[in-house]
Amino acid sequence: MSGRSHFNFWRLMGAALMLVAVAATVLRFGGSLGASTNLSDQFPWGIWIGFDVLCGVGLAAGGFTLAATVHIFHLKRFEPIVRPAILTAFLGYGLVCLALLFDLGRPWNVWHPLVMWNPHSVMFEVGWCVTLYTTVLALEFLPLVLERFRLERARLMLRRIMIPIVILGVILSTLHQSSLGTLFLIMPQKMNALWYTPMLPILFYVSAIATGLAMTIFESWHSARAFARQLEFPLVQKLSRVLAVMIAVYLAMRFMDMSARRAWTMMDQPGTERWLFGVEIVLMAVPMLLLFREQTRKSPQAIYLCAVMYLLGFVTNRLNVGITSLERSSGVQYIPKWSEVAITLGLVAAGFAIFRVAAHHLPVFEEEVPPLPPAAWEAEASDAYSIQSGQ
Amino acid sequence: MAKAILYDSTICIGCRQCEEACAAGKNLVYDEKIAAEERLSERKLTTIRTYGERFSRKLCMHCQEPSCVSVCPVAALEKTKLGPVVYHEDRCMGCRYCMVACPFQVPVYEWNSRIPRMRKCDLCADKLVQGAVTRCSEICPVTATITGDRSEMIAEARRRLVEKPAEYYPEIYGVNEAGGTSVFILSAVPFNQIGYNTQIPKSSMPQFTWAVLQHIPQVVVVGTVLMGGIYWITSRREDVAREEGRQ
Repeated sequence: MSGRSHFNFWRLMGAALMLVAVAATVLRFGGSLGASTNLSDQFPWGIWIGFDVLCGVGLAAGGFTLAATVHIFHLKRFEPIVRPAILTAFLGYGLVCLALLFDLGRPWNVWHPLVMWNPHSVMFEVGWCVTLYTTVLALEFLPLVLERFRLERARLMLRRIMIPIVILGVILSTLHQSSLGTLFLIMPQKMNALWYTPMLPILFYVSAIATGLAMTIFESWHSARAFARQLEFPLVQKLSRVLAVMIAVYLAMRFMDMSARRAWTMMDQPGTERWLFGVEIVLMAVPMLLLFREQTRKSPQAIYLCAVMYLLGFVTNRLNVGITSLERSSGVQYIPKWSEVAITLGLVAAGFAIFRVAAHHLPVFEEEVPPLPPAAWEAEASDAYSIQSGQ
Repeated sequence: MAKAILYDSTICIGCRQCEEACAAGKNLVYDEKIAAEERLSERKLTTIRTYGERFSRKLCMHCQEPSCVSVCPVAALEKTKLGPVVYHEDRCMGCRYCMVACPFQVPVYEWNSRIPRMRKCDLCADKLVQGAVTRCSEICPVTATITGDRSEMIAEARRRLVEKPAEYYPEIYGVNEAGGTSVFILSAVPFNQIGYNTQIPKSSMPQFTWAVLQHIPQVVVVGTVLMGGIYWITSRREDVAREEGRQ
C-alpha cells in the first residue's frame, strides 16, 4: 500500500539522520567545540542553544498546558490527549538535556548549578527549573509505566499526590519558559530592537502556551495517522480555537510593545533582519486568521497545516531572538557547521522514533474511561459534569 | 582599597610590550604572528589595536557590577574586593553565557581544547594581592598604562583632562560604562574612533535581569495559591454535580 511505503520512507530518513548525527557526535566529543561547530569568540551561541534549547523547551510546553487544563481546570473532555502531551514533553525535555551536553564546553560539570549557586543568574534558575520539571514530567509519565506493568498500589499512591505535582509542574514551566526570554535581557545594546524588549519573558511565556497547544494538535494528527485511530477531532477543533486566541493575544502584545518602543523604525533598516522578522510574523498571523474562520476549523487537514505554520513561526521567532538579533552587533556572520545541523536533526528524528516506540508499548492512547459517543464530546460544560458522574 | 588601571591612549606608542608581559605571565606563546592579530583570543588576553597613527588597548574592563559574574550559573566568576574579576576554572561548565552577556565582548574561549576554559585578563590578581602592579603597567616604557587605587586613577584621569584639554577628548571611558569599571581610558578622539563601544548603557547591566528575577517568589506564591484555588473550586463543582446526578 502507498501509505505503508510513505511510512517507511520517513523511518529510513530518520535512521539516516540519526546515523549522520552519530558521526557528528564523534567529531564533537572526540574533538572539541571548535572542530564540530562554527561558533567563535564573537558568536558563542549557535543553533544548539537557539534551536535545541530555546525551541525544544517551547515545543514541549504541551505537557504543562494540557496537564493544567485537565487536572487543574477540570476540563476532563481533554483527558484523552493529556498522555500524548506529557509523553511529548518528557521526551522533549530529555532531548533538550541531551542537546545541552553537546553544547556545554565541560558537559561533565552539568550538575554544578545544583550545588554551586548563583541566584542572580537566569541560567541558574533555568537549570534548576528544567531539572525539577523533568523530574515532575517523569512522575507525570510514570502512571503509564505502572499501568503497563499492572503495579496498582504504586499507581494509586502516585495518583494521590498528582495534583501538587501538576501544580508544581505548571509553576516551574511558567518560570523557565519565561526565563528563556529573560536570558537575553542583559544585552540591550547587543540585540536588534525588533526583538529586544523588557517584555521578552512574558512574550516567551505566552508563545510557549500557544506552542503547547499547536504541538498537541500536531501530535494528535500524526498519531491518528500512524496508529490508524480516530482523531480526537472535536477536541482538536476546540484546541485550534484556543490556539487562534493565544496567537492573537501574543501578536497584540508584541505589536503594542513595538509601538511603545518605536521599534517599527527598525523595519527601514536594510538587511536580513526585517525579512526574517516578517517571516516570523506572517507565519504566526496567517494561521491565526485562518483558524478564526469556521470553514478552516471544519477540516482536520487545514487545522493541522495551520498548527504547523504557527510552529514554524515560533521556531523562526526563537532562532531570531537567539541568533539573528545578535548577529549584527557581533560583527561576524554565523552559519552553522554541518555537524551542528546533524546533531539537531538527529535529536528531532530520535524524538519521533522514541515517541513511536513508547506509544506502541505504553498505554498512551488508552483512556481510563471508555470512549464516549462523538455527540457527547460536543456537550456543553454543564453536561460534561453529568457525564463525569456516570463513571 | 580597590585597584584600577588607567590607560592613556594619547601617550601609548604601540610597542606591544604589555601584550608580551601579559602572555609571559599567563604562560602563553607570544610571537610576531600573534602580535599582529589585533583582537582578543585564547592566545592573547590583551591587545593593542592600530587606528592609523593612534593606538588603543583592549582588555577586560573589570566592571564594578559585572554582567559575567551576574549571569554565571555556577558562580565561576567573582568580583574580588581588590577589583579584579577572576575566573574559577574548576566550577565552570562551559555554557559561555559570560561571553554572550559581556557588553565589552571580552571573554574568549579555548574552542579547540577538550577541557576548554574561558579566558580573559584577571588584572594580575596574583600581583595585586602582593601589593604590586599589573604586569602590563610594570613593563610599559612610557607609563601609558598605570595601576593604582581606583579613586586615585579617576582623579589622575580628571587631572590630565583639566591640565591639557587640547590633547584629550573630554571624557573618561569606563567611569560610567556599564555602571562603572576598573579600567579607565583616555583618548584624543571620540572613543568609537579607536575601537571602543560607546553604545554600552551607562548603568549597571545586571539590573536588567534582576528587575525580572526578583519577582520569582511572587510568581511562585501567587501561582500556587491561584491554581490550588482553581483546583479546589473545579473539583468541588464536580463533586456537587456528581452528588446531584446520583439523586
